[in-house]
Amino acid sequence: MTVVVDARHLHRRFGKLVAVRDVSFQVDKGEIFGVIGANGAGKSTTIRMLCGILRPTSGSATVVGHDVLQEPEAVKRSIGYMTQRFSLYEDLTVEENLRFYAGIYGVPRNRRRERIDAVVARVGLDDRRRQLAGTLSGGWKQRVALACSTIHEPPLLFLDEPTAGVDPISRRRFWDQIHALAAEGTTILVTTHYMDEAERCHRLAFIFRGAVLDQGTPAQVIARRRLRVVEVEVEGSTLEAAAALRRLERLDELSFFGTVVRIALRDEPEPTARVVGALREAGLRWRRVDEARVSVEDAFVAMVHEDARREENAA
Amino acid sequence: MSRLAAIAIKELTQLRRDRMTVAMMVVFPVVQLLVFGYAIDTDVRHVPTVVFDQDGGAAPRDVARSLEATGFYDVVGHVRSYAEISDALRRGVARVALVFPPGFSAASGAGRERSFQLVVDGSDPQIVASATGGATGLVAARNQRATAQRGAAAPLKVEITNWYNPEQRTAVFVVPGIIGVILTMTMVMLTAMAIARERERGTLEALIVSPVRSFELMVGKIVPYVGIGYVQITLVLIVGHVVFDVPFVGSVALLYLMTLVFMAANLALGLVFSTLAKTQQQAMQMSFFFLLPNILLSGFAFPWEGMPRPAQLLSEVLPLTHFLRIVRGIVLKGAGFEDLQPHLTAMGVILVAFVALATLRFHKRLD
Repeated sequence: MTVVVDARHLHRRFGKLVAVRDVSFQVDKGEIFGVIGANGAGKSTTIRMLCGILRPTSGSATVVGHDVLQEPEAVKRSIGYMTQRFSLYEDLTVEENLRFYAGIYGVPRNRRRERIDAVVARVGLDDRRRQLAGTLSGGWKQRVALACSTIHEPPLLFLDEPTAGVDPISRRRFWDQIHALAAEGTTILVTTHYMDEAERCHRLAFIFRGAVLDQGTPAQVIARRRLRVVEVEVEGSTLEAAAALRRLERLDELSFFGTVVRIALRDEPEPTARVVGALREAGLRWRRVDEARVSVEDAFVAMVHEDARREENAA
Repeated sequence: MSRLAAIAIKELTQLRRDRMTVAMMVVFPVVQLLVFGYAIDTDVRHVPTVVFDQDGGAAPRDVARSLEATGFYDVVGHVRSYAEISDALRRGVARVALVFPPGFSAASGAGRERSFQLVVDGSDPQIVASATGGATGLVAARNQRATAQRGAAAPLKVEITNWYNPEQRTAVFVVPGIIGVILTMTMVMLTAMAIARERERGTLEALIVSPVRSFELMVGKIVPYVGIGYVQITLVLIVGHVVFDVPFVGSVALLYLMTLVFMAANLALGLVFSTLAKTQQQAMQMSFFFLLPNILLSGFAFPWEGMPRPAQLLSEVLPLTHFLRIVRGIVLKGAGFEDLQPHLTAMGVILVAFVALATLRFHKRLD
């Protein structure tokens, strides 16, 4: 396996604020690597350092074989970059935008036609080539932005919250295209705070307040939390049920989904029995109690709790 | 009432956060007041003057001295031919020439009627007004005194010749200047807004991440506007000629060449503004703020010669001040490269300074 991104102890301060602390990870060729975290967690700062446009306060990184500190220009030539703002010129047509990006990324003149045709075909933009980018819907803008950022066939693609504000269907299509690109050998580093998207990545790094809490495949990350999740469909008030269930030992998180209360328990060998016991004790009735699949979201919430406990213990 | 108040309060709160606008609102009136009240004086004094004395006697010196004593004229040199007068006026070294014919002293001594000539650079009507006013006033006063003393009329006469704009038409004076004002406004504003727009729409980030170098970005942004600038000059010259009958005496090629330096200086300044402005609105405000002293101090609307020294010094850093001398020199007086070289050099210095400033600012932003 070739390592395409190698971040080593990246650290970035803005004045007193530490935006990124000691972030290290490696991304292999053809992998979709997700950097997951809340807004302001340090995802964009990390990406900017990897793109060579922001100097780390300390630490270093190698991107497509180039050191981001020594050869930022070589890094810039080897990557594609797409942000949530899509960076399209709204007063240019789709094709004019593509031609512009082909120009600034130095796609040779005699290959531009062919490259534009290829990316247009890939994202299915053919009948919108002459449409002004500003008149496209969010989903279409996203496709054009993806086409623009891959026009020069970069070996590495950075996607910074590429699906923000886009409808669910478009998001699915977008992820199909991401997987197709990865299958062809493009390495993809994507940031998101959508947990359903996190599950679509090959590997993940969770960033919280500038630091990596955990990394690995979604399954590994979930397994390390040692969670069991139970869903209860209650009869009557979900609030009453929640009040009873909050008294459970080893409760990690409790959340509401319509008439369903979802309970995540840590290190609990018999979660269903414990939940049923708690409901009985409170004299509550239920329609259904089932164990559910542990999601990446559950794991992420658990990690944040772990972090808080660590801090409490340290204090 | 509470809805109205909510909107007014929101507006004030937003305004308070926009420091640039607040600064403009305070600085703008103060600067305007100072410039209008202090720097602008349409009554031009100390007009640089050369003397062409064909007589050589005492009488011309006497007249020249009393003309200087009026405060309207500063004799800056002596010339020996009309060609030299023309040179001095073209270069802008002098705006007025006094010509004394042979036999002036003799006629004066004999108490005969005699006249001298006042050649005025007609490219600035306010200078013409002040210069002719000063001379005719002096001549009238002298004649009155002479009549009172000797009881005889032995009049001194002044013959006024207006070069470059004999019919005293305002359009002849204004049209070449308009070229400079239009270029200043469009070049500065367009570039200032062009980068601010990229920043506002989020496309600047994509450019920064791309392999584009900052000099490629800067020059690439500027070049199209140079073309637009040339279209503008050509239009103004054609319309000025066809509609207002403004003559074009000098070389078009020379004007276009020198205009390039002028445009480049303004474009570079626009880039500096664009690195300062966060929004297009701020870029627009800065451009307007820059335009005001250009119109008032450059000599476009009010004669440069009439301004106090500090205002004149300030105006030297404005590219338009130098460009106006160039464009009026070429269009109205047929000035050549050598005549205008000092003004071109001054613009070149300003250009280098602005480019240096823009490059410095730009680097900061890209890090």
